[in-house]
Amino acid sequence: MSFLDRERTVAKPGFSRWMVPPAALCMHLCIGQAYAFSVFNLPMSKLIGISKSAPDDWKLTELGWIFSIAIVFLGLSAAVFGRWVEEGGPRKAMFTAGLCWTVGFLLSAVGVYAHQLWLIYLGYGVLGGIGLGIGYISPVSTLIKWFPDRPGMATGMAIMGFGGGAFIASPLSVWLMARFSTPTHIGVAETFIALGVIYLCFTWIGAAIVRVPAPGWTPAGYTAPAESQKLITRNDVFVYDALKTPQFWLIWWVLCLNVTAGIGVLGQASAMSQEMFPGKVTPVAAAGFVGLISLFNMLGRFFWASTSDLIGRKNTYFCFFAIGTVLYVLVPHTGSIGSVALFVLCFVVIISMYGGGFSTVPAYLRDMFGTRYVGAIHGMLLTAWSAAGIFGPVLVNYIRQYQIDHGVPKAQGYNITMYIMAGLLVVGFICNACVKAVHDRHHMKANDTRGLAATVRT
Amino acid sequence: MSNDNQNGTSTLQLVVAWGFVGIPLIWGVLQTLSNAMKLFQ
Repeated sequence: MSFLDRERTVAKPGFSRWMVPPAALCMHLCIGQAYAFSVFNLPMSKLIGISKSAPDDWKLTELGWIFSIAIVFLGLSAAVFGRWVEEGGPRKAMFTAGLCWTVGFLLSAVGVYAHQLWLIYLGYGVLGGIGLGIGYISPVSTLIKWFPDRPGMATGMAIMGFGGGAFIASPLSVWLMARFSTPTHIGVAETFIALGVIYLCFTWIGAAIVRVPAPGWTPAGYTAPAESQKLITRNDVFVYDALKTPQFWLIWWVLCLNVTAGIGVLGQASAMSQEMFPGKVTPVAAAGFVGLISLFNMLGRFFWASTSDLIGRKNTYFCFFAIGTVLYVLVPHTGSIGSVALFVLCFVVIISMYGGGFSTVPAYLRDMFGTRYVGAIHGMLLTAWSAAGIFGPVLVNYIRQYQIDHGVPKAQGYNITMYIMAGLLVVGFICNACVKAVHDRHHMKANDTRGLAATVRT
Repeated sequence: MSNDNQNGTSTLQLVVAWGFVGIPLIWGVLQTLSNAMKLFQ
């Protein structure tokens, strides 16, 4: 029996469940680097020219594909490997994710040395993206099993780490590049190697710490409800049967629409703040604005997921969609009255709910489909993130450009987009309202042999 | 979590584990906050 097997990760009596969130954070803080990848774009566009881009240097548009490929493979790998992650256990998954993530960095370093962009697409984009997908879902169901009394808070802690990973990676990457750079060389490759090694240590330490609860374990003083509540089942749904339920697709749209509304704004926050308030918001202040909304993206993940334990998942999403709609409609007015403070307030709340959408959804799935395959079902749901990663920026960028091309002043170029975002959130509200309890016919029966091994183990 | 911590996991282990992830995270958040303050200057 391997050290990585699920059987070897079953916690002995006396193991504190509060060791599991740091283990999960080891993983999520590392893969959260993805949000900070843009710090490499400008240096990588000057690898030959050093002080400015040479004709043979990579273009920013070509470099932009690295992040996009990684996010696509995040969604795909989470969907494809979800069942393997669930049945193989969190340690094997975290070990594999850490390895993919690091090898992705190392291969990208080779790509930078050899100046072969396809190696970076393959390294960071494909391999790193697979590491992202497996790493993202690996601790989620384990946390839900350790914290049946507060599943939202538990997954919120881990997924908050994904938002927080960029805060560490961004200044660390800038510092490392400065250390490795010389007047004739930009130290991107060395930084990739250093980051790869650091992340391997972190993720493997997390894999060593993580444990799954022993069969039948419950927290002291916790008694599971004797019967299913209206929207919290005590039954389990087999991973692929979940796809046959309307609930899965309704929640897929709930996540997709919530993320679409936030992700486009997140990518354009700096430009938007400067264009809506010309002369009032400088580039330096805009960078501060980006930092501030990133902070609320992280904090929202913990706050809203924890709140969902108190008010319920469905009500939490109702809050996102109702408050979000009002705020998006308000944003154009903040521009017309010139109130930067109100603009910032609107967006920090919107972005906190964007983050909250990610962190609340694992507990929503657990309520709907039970704990047994929640990690795998969550993995399949993350394809909604990949889709939103395309819709969101396209909506914001293209509609703005269309507006400007038709003579709309730059300061008002985002108004229509904001109203469209508000409309998307209204659709999300309706989808969320349609979510009802999963029909009994989808529940796994006592004699169901599918995934039997995992059933016996936990 | 009242009786989770009886035998296997010591308080020191918990402090080390949380410090291992918490210290880098707090450092990153402080860096970001100091940048964000430029918005209000």
